[in-house]
Amino acid sequence: MAERSGPGRVLLVTGVSRDLGRRFARAAARHPNVERVIGVDVAPPRGDIGKVGFVRADIRNPVIAKVIAKEEVDTVVHLSVIATPGTTGGRSTMKELNVIGTMQLLAACQTAPSLRQVVVKSTTQVYGASSRDPAMFTESMEPRRTPSSGYARDVADIESYVRGFARRRPDIAVTVLRCANVLGPSVVSPIAAHFRRAVVPNVLGFDPRLQFLHEQDLYGVLEHAVRTGVPGTFNVAGDGVLTHAQVARRLQRVTVPIPEPLFGLARFGGGEYPAELKALLTYGRGVDTTRMRSLLGFEPRYTTEDTVVDFADSVMPSVNRADRALAALESRLTGAPGD
Amino acid sequence: MTESAAQGLTGTTARERHPLRAIPAADWAAALEIAAKEVFGAEWEEQLARFIVFLRRRISGEYSVDEYGFDRELTQRFMLAVLRPIKEKWFRVEVRGIENIPTDGGALIVSNHSGTIPMDGLMTMVSIHDELGRDLRPLGADLVFRMPIVGNIARKAGATLACSEDAERMLRNGELVGVWPEGFKGIGKPYSERYKLQRFGRGGFVSSALRTGVPIVPLSVVGAEEIYPLVGNIPALAKVIGVPYLPITPFFPLLGPLGLIPLPSKWLIEFGEPIRTDAYDAAEADDPMLVFNVTDQVRETIQQTLYRLLGERASVFG
Repeated sequence: MAERSGPGRVLLVTGVSRDLGRRFARAAARHPNVERVIGVDVAPPRGDIGKVGFVRADIRNPVIAKVIAKEEVDTVVHLSVIATPGTTGGRSTMKELNVIGTMQLLAACQTAPSLRQVVVKSTTQVYGASSRDPAMFTESMEPRRTPSSGYARDVADIESYVRGFARRRPDIAVTVLRCANVLGPSVVSPIAAHFRRAVVPNVLGFDPRLQFLHEQDLYGVLEHAVRTGVPGTFNVAGDGVLTHAQVARRLQRVTVPIPEPLFGLARFGGGEYPAELKALLTYGRGVDTTRMRSLLGFEPRYTTEDTVVDFADSVMPSVNRADRALAALESRLTGAPGD
Repeated sequence: MTESAAQGLTGTTARERHPLRAIPAADWAAALEIAAKEVFGAEWEEQLARFIVFLRRRISGEYSVDEYGFDRELTQRFMLAVLRPIKEKWFRVEVRGIENIPTDGGALIVSNHSGTIPMDGLMTMVSIHDELGRDLRPLGADLVFRMPIVGNIARKAGATLACSEDAERMLRNGELVGVWPEGFKGIGKPYSERYKLQRFGRGGFVSSALRTGVPIVPLSVVGAEEIYPLVGNIPALAKVIGVPYLPITPFFPLLGPLGLIPLPSKWLIEFGEPIRTDAYDAAEADDPMLVFNVTDQVRETIQQTLYRLLGERASVFG
């Protein structure tokens, strides 16, 4: 795969007000092959953006087309798809930002002569999570049930617009990265919040398989995709799977089983459990990453297990009395000092 | 009585007078030691230490599961250990033709299904593990994975959803996959239809074997039909609950939980000669006529073997 190089790479990164977009844009701007990086968002970034030029614009309106044309952008990295409404307001605003925003962005891209590459961060949540799922989804598999609402529906819509765009502009390399749940010391997401709770609720009688992508590997794969320009759709996840119980035990969390029908209702002291997270915590999900290795040529540095171990360092353990008691007993029996 | 014990009895606060405080730590230790000797035998210290290492690994989550959720350690050390005495002492399972299962590489075991609950699948798992040292990876209906606890245990024990994606993925990775094509029609059939094979689904398992070129090993299980003779069913209530059938046996629900004890029938299980599929082209997996013929061949083999085994078994509880 020929690497795209030479000066003159101009990146447009959406969603720089949030951590992922800001950090990626800042790192990209430091790259020697990149001439300049333009960050776009409706709100200004909350931290240092280094050499990144910030344009306060809403990707939902046509201003974005002017920015792409004026700056002669050759690569668009679309990171502004959000999983939770957060500070943006309600669910309807979130849907509009995600879906209408992507439509407008792609419409702007379609008329841009300078454009050569589009990278979209998607998620493995497009596969849904149900009892009828195959154990490992490959990129060619469809979700068993098309999601009717929420983030999963947004992502499904966004991906279908991106596919349409790729058909209309075959000269542009379009890369869709379906990333597994991202975890890391500084990640803020519903699942990270779930595991940071002192008492972690789990769905009674279910122990779902989970896969994680380390935040460093997320930056890694975005950088890799921009650098190599391999077109296509790819699952991106750390190696291996861990069950919910394993993750909770690694993090030394106390779990409280909640019957499935009640799980979505309770907010458990402020925690957010959108429908897709509830489904994930019930049935779990695994994705096959063969194409990520063979075609995209990306190798994550962290396995799912490494990711959880690294995340654990940032989480205060809430319980380890059972283990301490057993360790003491073991050291007495073997005569060796317990750890 | 030691001094501390005396103090416990003469304590002034409720906390000090707590009955457990009257027992000195040394007595606790002695009692535990006797209990440990009772459970683990003379080499109890070593055995217990090993058990605690196991327990700590489980508590800290430092065990591994494969991509389907199979927990080999838990299955071998716990589930199979529980099932083994049932297989050997209760059902006295006699295993024949184990040499028909390849010792390595992918293979598809196709079995008849009976017994109200899938006890035949569990006994097959123990038998294959003990006689051959291989793990059977059962394919289960999606209802299994929709149910709490049951679905969880099924995945931990190595099962996955009966769909072509999972079946072919496992077979390509060289796993020994077990399938019960009769499904709920098989285990939920009335006692009067015992040992009569039901329809073999749509032959999806044959397509998967053809596509991956693995041999099909027919398995005939005799004995499971009699463990819970199904004499009645409440279809209306089953429909409300969302299960395929609600069994009534001579002892259940009449005797309550006691009725859940399976009858100690004598089991014979026989693995038949493998049916090779590598001679066919993978594209022929989409030929409905070929799939139909191979399905029929497997079904006929199992049915004939069932009749022969029934003739060889001295009596139901022999």
